[in-house]
Amino acid sequence: MIGTDLQIILPEIVLSVFAMVALLGAVYTTKDKAAGLLVWGTAGIFVIVGLWIGTTGDETREAFAGSFVDDGFARFAKVLILFSAAAILLMSQEYLARRDLLRFEYPVLVTLAVVGMMVMVSAGDLIALYMGLELQSLALYVVASLRRDSVKSTEAGLKYFVLGALSSGLLLYGASLTYGYAGSTLFSDIVASSVDGVSLGLLFGLVFLCAGFAFKVSAAPFHMWTPDVYEGAPTPITAFFATAPKVAAMALFGRVMFDAFGVVVADWQQIVAFLSVVSMFLGSIAAIGQRNIKRLMAYSSITHMGFALMGLAAGTVLGVQAMLIYMAIYVVMNLGTFAFILSMEKDGMPVTDIDALQMYSAREPLKALAMLILLFSLAGVPPLVGFFGKLYVLRAAYDGGLAWLAVAGVVASVIGAFYYLRIVYFMYFGEEREPLDRNGSPVLWGVLMVSAAIMVFGVINLFGVEPLAAAAADTLVN
Amino acid sequence: METIILFSPLVGAIIGGFGWRIITENGGQWVTTLLLGLACLLSWVIFLTFDPSAHPGGSYTVEIMRWVSSGSLDTSWAIRMDRLTAIMLIVITTVSALVHLYSFGYMAHDDQFREGEHYKARFFAYLSFFTFAMLMLVTADNLVQMFFGWEGVGLASYLLIGFYYRKPSANAAAIKAFVVNRVGDFGFALGIFALFFLTDSINFDVIFASAPEMAETNLTFLWREWNAAELVAFLLFIGAMGKSAQLFLHTWLPDAMEGPTPVSALIHAATMVTAGVFLVCRMSPIMEFAPNATAFITFLGASTAFFAATVGLVQNDIKRVIAYSTCSQLGYMFVAAGVGVYSAAMFHLFTHAFFKAMLFLGAGSVIHGMHHEQDMRNYGGLRHKLPYTFWAMMIGTLAITGVGIPLTHIGFAGFLSKDAIIESAWAGTMGGYAFWMLVIAALFTSFYSWRLIFLTFFGEARGDRHTHEHAHESPTVMLVPLGVLAVGAVLAGMVWYGPFFGEHERVNRFFGINAAHAEEVMAEDDHGAGVGEAVEELAEGDLEGADEAVTEPTGEGEDHGETAAASDSAEDHGEEAAHGPAQQPGDGAIFIGPDNHVMDDAHHAPTWVKVSPFVAMLIGFLVAFQMYIRRPDLPAKLAENQRPLYLFLLNKWYFDEIYDFLFVRPATRVGAFLWKRGDGGVIDGGINGLAMGVVPFVTRALNRAQSGYIFTYAFAMVIGIAILITWMTLFGGVE
Repeated sequence: MIGTDLQIILPEIVLSVFAMVALLGAVYTTKDKAAGLLVWGTAGIFVIVGLWIGTTGDETREAFAGSFVDDGFARFAKVLILFSAAAILLMSQEYLARRDLLRFEYPVLVTLAVVGMMVMVSAGDLIALYMGLELQSLALYVVASLRRDSVKSTEAGLKYFVLGALSSGLLLYGASLTYGYAGSTLFSDIVASSVDGVSLGLLFGLVFLCAGFAFKVSAAPFHMWTPDVYEGAPTPITAFFATAPKVAAMALFGRVMFDAFGVVVADWQQIVAFLSVVSMFLGSIAAIGQRNIKRLMAYSSITHMGFALMGLAAGTVLGVQAMLIYMAIYVVMNLGTFAFILSMEKDGMPVTDIDALQMYSAREPLKALAMLILLFSLAGVPPLVGFFGKLYVLRAAYDGGLAWLAVAGVVASVIGAFYYLRIVYFMYFGEEREPLDRNGSPVLWGVLMVSAAIMVFGVINLFGVEPLAAAAADTLVN
Repeated sequence: METIILFSPLVGAIIGGFGWRIITENGGQWVTTLLLGLACLLSWVIFLTFDPSAHPGGSYTVEIMRWVSSGSLDTSWAIRMDRLTAIMLIVITTVSALVHLYSFGYMAHDDQFREGEHYKARFFAYLSFFTFAMLMLVTADNLVQMFFGWEGVGLASYLLIGFYYRKPSANAAAIKAFVVNRVGDFGFALGIFALFFLTDSINFDVIFASAPEMAETNLTFLWREWNAAELVAFLLFIGAMGKSAQLFLHTWLPDAMEGPTPVSALIHAATMVTAGVFLVCRMSPIMEFAPNATAFITFLGASTAFFAATVGLVQNDIKRVIAYSTCSQLGYMFVAAGVGVYSAAMFHLFTHAFFKAMLFLGAGSVIHGMHHEQDMRNYGGLRHKLPYTFWAMMIGTLAITGVGIPLTHIGFAGFLSKDAIIESAWAGTMGGYAFWMLVIAALFTSFYSWRLIFLTFFGEARGDRHTHEHAHESPTVMLVPLGVLAVGAVLAGMVWYGPFFGEHERVNRFFGINAAHAEEVMAEDDHGAGVGEAVEELAEGDLEGADEAVTEPTGEGEDHGETAAASDSAEDHGEEAAHGPAQQPGDGAIFIGPDNHVMDDAHHAPTWVKVSPFVAMLIGFLVAFQMYIRRPDLPAKLAENQRPLYLFLLNKWYFDEIYDFLFVRPATRVGAFLWKRGDGGVIDGGINGLAMGVVPFVTRALNRAQSGYIFTYAFAMVIGIAILITWMTLFGGVE
């Protein structure tokens, strides 16, 4: 019996063992000297595990009496998490090495965070959920303050930690309310308990759980940590924050909503729609005032989470499918954008002010063009892939009876287009400034170009993501 | 061959318009002109050799390519060749080729363009493009293709009216022409939609075949039931009204004279403006089933003829006089089409193209010689300075006023075609409104045409002496087209009277109508008919028949071949023929309803009817002679005495002023309101207010809220959870 269970969570076990072996090995042998190699190795392992999970059949398996679920939905999210984490590791290696930040703990912590995320998306029980969430969060708190001697970085880590603790408290309170009123921590039992009418206590539990998830996906009004942490953390860490954990939290959000509260869709739909509309508008409007590109990307990710939540709010298979597609597109766009941001340097020092990009196109036309494509895609300009992501969620919201939300989404995306286009304006029509360095990192260049190319050529069939997401959504909702 | 005719002007336009930098401006001019000459030559070959009886239904189709295939709409791009098309082909290509040639001289130097500016090749390319579009229009075998050509000529017209783009008046005129035509085109488009709705096709063959059915169908339009055929005919006629400058939609045509004179001759006299007449004739199978719509066409055509003629009486600009004359003559054609004698309408269209183009080119020659002076009050005594032009204009005037020998078929082109229309009008309306309007219009036509001649070529030289001293005859390249057109103006009527308006059998044969007709053949009892007939026979290349006709000036019914057989059967087996197969709609180039005997009635009109236009012409001439040759002070006095009437006419019945008041100014006001208040105030103001006021304010507020203090952040989270809890308590799904 236990053997079967262990077999189901074998990928998580493999990664955990790898993390511990790497930690011990590094501590007792080379310490930081082999950190670069370890980063590459970890990325390789992520890719291998990702491929392994991706090629596992399409059946739904449960372990530990249903507290761990391995289904199509979980696998889709896991593959996305693993691949994006691998890409981030590759992108960060050189950046961190040059700034003497490359500690061997870094890949280990990322691995542990990834294991936490994988547990999150597979959680079938409130306990498992919390375990995964905390494992992920603890690892992230640490990597946020990776640059120990920088005030900003440590401040970011601390803020994240304190507010994360608060959100964990909210979430735990919600979990205990849910347990109290449903009599079980197992999702399948919770959903069974609310079939004959739902109690107010259970709804309160739902609200607190939602608040906890909203903090993790940085949806307004639980987003306040995001800009500060994004700005303070070293840029590769910011890129990591913007991608894999968002996917994990969003998948977890969907998992709990459908698996544990599948019969009260109309109730959580209101909450999610509220979070969605506030996030979209707040992210779009607040980003306009930003001059720091990392803060700007923080607000950008708040907006994008609003759009992804719109798909979830639809409460349908199409909605979940739209959400998954949106997240996949979002991750690819952010990888490319952060690859560009990582390459912004002047005299070897990282630059984050968007004014530094003035007339960038004159010096690096190809990179400027790639960035332009990514920014247009982020803004949702057709015919780029980002537009189709938005189209999916808008259609899902409309079909789900939330036409007002779709209209609000369109308005918000119009407002949001401003700050993306302003960067384009600076790059192409700005005034001549002291130029940025020509950064020759081939990895960053490659990620940027591949990501931009995907934005252009993905319009053909989204590289087959659509049917995969449809199948994944199907396993979750039904 | 048809394809070459259709595309050689397009090729010319493309080469001349885009390639003149390579082949030089002169080369561009030559290429366009030669290609049109080729098209013209081939058109004549087709016209003379075309034998409707060789093709089923009197027409054949040359498919160029599959064009539109969408749902049940399936149509190809094809040339429909029948007699109507053949007539239009020669009219268009001949006039166009001559105008191209003429433009070599006319456009050689132009004050509107600066030294060294290139405009000639562009002008020629526009002319060729126009020709292509016009050919598209007339060769269409379906309505959408026709509409394409229809809009193409509209575009070319716009470009050419506004060719002197530095002149504000030319730009205004171009826009006016375009906008007024849109009104008509809207009707045309609605007509096409209605036809597609009714027949599920836009191909002529299908539409024509279902015309009888349409007459039985009702259609709801504008909250009312209408007879489908009537409605369609009316809507199509609205399109024709716009393009052919009929009353209420005529205001653009006089203004269009702002364009260079060759353009006026080609587009605004000979070809484009007759497209409306062509449309009505082409749609004859539908028109025949719409008696009310055709009555309206007759009424409006007659009114236009009268109205335009009255205005023409007092205009002083030489081109405007001719423009109103064109407008008036188009009215004549519509009357003919309205009463159901489509062949007479086409006949007048055909002859009118020659003499009106010539009048315009002649006027252009005068204007050219007089250094772009257009006011006739500043002309006078020019016949010695411009002898060739003078004679050309004389021939044109003789043709348009309808000089000929009454009760014979001998006379200038206009004599035969216009009289045919007036007789048809008499027969079609039983001597009613249309007939009298046309006769009076004929009187006025004669007056203003002679007035033009007298003011321009006779009397004392008036105006600027310097200009008169330097007045010169135009170069040969401009006179040759005048000569060619003069031949047409003299002979076109006599040569083609028979096929267009002669005996019924001949008309049927010419237009490829395959139906026995139970008309009693009446021997014409005048002797002149023989000669006219001889010429007619020649026109059809039938020498033998011509001989016979000369030696035997009796009714042609007994002459020869088919005709004789047909008339025999008509006489001997009259009963049988009367019950013979009636013409099916879509059979032949034009369709004559079984009850439509207007042409025969017109042939048998009383003598006073046949003489009336001649008398009217004579009176007009005498009055003009009296007023402008013998007593040149008389017009001024008359204008003084009858000042209100004079002003009424001079101001063109105040149409422009009324339209300005009714449509233009309200539209401008609405436009200004929507622009300044609506767009500027509400939309721009709203968006700008939102984008530059509200959004930055919110941005600042949100950024201030982002204080950097953890307690602020925690507070925001608590507020958020409070809102959600409150919301759930109030609106959650708890019973």
